[in-house]
Amino acid sequence: MTAMALQPTDRAIVRTTHAGLPLCREPYRAVAEQLRLQPEEVMRRLRWMLEAGVIRRIGAVPDHCALGYRADGMSVWDVDDARVSELGRMVKALPSVSHCCRRPRQLPGWPYNLFAMVHGRSREAVMDEVAKIAAVLGPASHGHDVLHSMGTLKKASLQLGE
Amino acid sequence: MLSQSDRRIIHGLQAGFPIAERPFAEVAAGLGMSEDELIACLTRLREDGVLSRFGPVYDAAVLGIAVTLCGMAVPKDRFDAVAAVVNTFSEVAHNSRREHAFNMWFVLATGRPEDIAAVICQIKAKTGLDVLNLPKLEEYQLEPNRGA
Repeated sequence: MTAMALQPTDRAIVRTTHAGLPLCREPYRAVAEQLRLQPEEVMRRLRWMLEAGVIRRIGAVPDHCALGYRADGMSVWDVDDARVSELGRMVKALPSVSHCCRRPRQLPGWPYNLFAMVHGRSREAVMDEVAKIAAVLGPASHGHDVLHSMGTLKKASLQLGE
Repeated sequence: MLSQSDRRIIHGLQAGFPIAERPFAEVAAGLGMSEDELIACLTRLREDGVLSRFGPVYDAAVLGIAVTLCGMAVPKDRFDAVAAVVNTFSEVAHNSRREHAFNMWFVLATGRPEDIAAVICQIKAKTGLDVLNLPKLEEYQLEPNRGA
């Protein structure tokens, strides 16, 4: 699946919906009218994008802070490269982990290859969740650190321009 | 303050929103409420900022957008000045302060992959500081939403 497979219609739908669906009885019809398409066409292309992985999911994107989870910690782990995918899936299964991914090490200063973002009501709650990750990883983790948030400096949405 | 019902709706609607003519009616039936009540509730949650968004979550990489996470170790006495420089770049989407030697972390997003290196180069030049470039190599997910 590459960006090349997207048709102009798909790109138009992406631009119209990436900030959200209209909250009305027939949201896909509203999108279709805006783009001068048939609602069936919009729904067909959305189903295809969901199948193809262009769309990860359709639903509510909660703001963790507004939900009362005011603390977050970026937990970073040094695990065996050969097992990182298997371990990453296990860590992602914990409910407090919102994002979990593999990133490159940058030695000598940065030895961590597995990132798990953890949310909690307090810093202590975040550390309790980090302890659960440590328990899941066991001896497969050769070292870890937690970078607690001290505030947002900028928050803009990704630019999906053409 | 969020009600139990709000929490149930948010939890139940994180994935699997139907692609159908009257999707809210389908979801509302499962929640034991009316279509209009559900729409009103979601509208309120979005206006209050409890939901930052409601709709499709797109995969930036598949759309051809290059994204990376950058970390910087900024001396404390220069922190605000460096933050101001970094934030002027339109390619910097999110930026946050974290308690660590690497105390500034931001997400860079560009339309063309080759622009990532160019922007990092400019940030290094303007701040005189090194930048860790940590692009996502693999993301771990639960069973993906397959919709209706």
